[in-house]
Amino acid sequence: MIEVKNISKSFVNFPALKDISLSFDKGKTNLIIGQSGSGKTVLMKCIVGLLQIDEGQVIFNDRVFSEMKLKEKKNIQKEMGMLFQGGALFDSMTVEENVMFPLTMFTQKTLEEKKDRVNLCLSRVNLENVNNLFPSELSGGMKKRVAIARAISMNPKYLFCDEPTSGLDPKTAVVIDNLISEITKEYQTTTIINTHDMNSVIEIGDKISFIYKGQLCWEGSKDEILTADNEEINKFVYATELLRRLKK
Amino acid sequence: MHIFYNLGKYFLLLGRVFHKPEKASVFRNQIFDEFDKIGINSLGIIAVISIFMGAVAAIQTAFNIESPLIPLYLVGFTVRQTVILEFSPTVISLILAGKVGSQIASEIGTMRITEQIDALDIMGVNSAEYLILPKIIASILIIPILIIISMLLGIFGGWIIAISTGLVSPNNYIEGIQLDFRVYDVVYALIKTVVFAFIITSVSGYYGYNTRGGALEVGKASTKAVVYSSVLIILFNLILTQLLLA
Repeated sequence: MIEVKNISKSFVNFPALKDISLSFDKGKTNLIIGQSGSGKTVLMKCIVGLLQIDEGQVIFNDRVFSEMKLKEKKNIQKEMGMLFQGGALFDSMTVEENVMFPLTMFTQKTLEEKKDRVNLCLSRVNLENVNNLFPSELSGGMKKRVAIARAISMNPKYLFCDEPTSGLDPKTAVVIDNLISEITKEYQTTTIINTHDMNSVIEIGDKISFIYKGQLCWEGSKDEILTADNEEINKFVYATELLRRLKK
Repeated sequence: MHIFYNLGKYFLLLGRVFHKPEKASVFRNQIFDEFDKIGINSLGIIAVISIFMGAVAAIQTAFNIESPLIPLYLVGFTVRQTVILEFSPTVISLILAGKVGSQIASEIGTMRITEQIDALDIMGVNSAEYLILPKIIASILIIPILIIISMLLGIFGGWIIAISTGLVSPNNYIEGIQLDFRVYDVVYALIKTVVFAFIITSVSGYYGYNTRGGALEVGKASTKAVVYSSVLIILFNLILTQLLLA
């Protein structure tokens, strides 16, 4: 379980996050939704430690991450897996080397053991015979799947996904969404997903938090969001003509 | 004030760079990769430039010797001194600042804007050490070797042009390059080279690592890396020469 308590973050006279408190449950897909520029990515970067928070606490299973020293933070970070918006695969490495990278850096496994683990992770994301390809040779969807394979290679306790379906066609987006949801249930990870894709919300959103102008505006489930009595979230959910017609 | 801000950030980054590597075997492999990228890949351009510059130095020296009282072996002597003291350590380092510096800044800058550095940090890897330290170590080890090769090729280039055009006889040239040879001159050149190698990789690494934005900023970071590395090389060339030769 991950908790954030009263966190705030500003960038040179611009408050990006204002006093946000949230909790993210284990074994569930916790979605942070909001418009572009609402502060979703800043919130996620604060949680994983890529950005320093100004105030508040980030707590991983009763361990106050935001107050830890660098070495202790690194130990927690080894329990994290993250899927970046663009995949963030290492260009100079093959798919196999990318997925193997955390294993090489932090385990004493033999090459055979590492290869077995890589193949297991790749098969989990439904990829085969791509071990020797470079990221530039993969499609957008394949890159995301390789990134997921890399994220789960160390059996993470916490999985973070920043806009996992951006830039993908709707069919591939559903595949990625379901993959993340299945992995969350299977590995019992605490999964946090940043998205503004309503399809993802309806598909896999166990718990949804809506951020508006750096503040927590609404929390609920995927069923509740469709009938929410909140002006801002209604504007967000029913932003398209298609959804407005469906609502009617 | 901006220069102090950058200077402070540069030293803070160096503080993160000089850490014990996460895994020795990975670090060793990275250094060998960098030997290839920084050293072997630069060999061709260094060879061509060194030979031609040595040849030009020989022609210019011979052209300026008008008095019959000045011995012709001075051509070999001048080429050797020019190449060892200044041309190979400084000019070749400036060329490497352009080639290697821009390569390092754009490589690390691209990793920054495509979130690959964030990915390293999330995994718990010290990204500054992982990306920059192998380059610094490899350059400090391989660039002096390149400079020694450049010295030999520069002198060889002078010899080729001298004998092929009949400026001086081979014996005169050989006599000149042997005349009053001091090992300390080579030591001085190599000390300068090590400092220049550190400047090239650390400054380029700094600008690459702190790239923000998109492809345009990667280009700007690459340009800044080359400009500041070159200025620092010129500056430290003067300081080291004053310290070591004066």
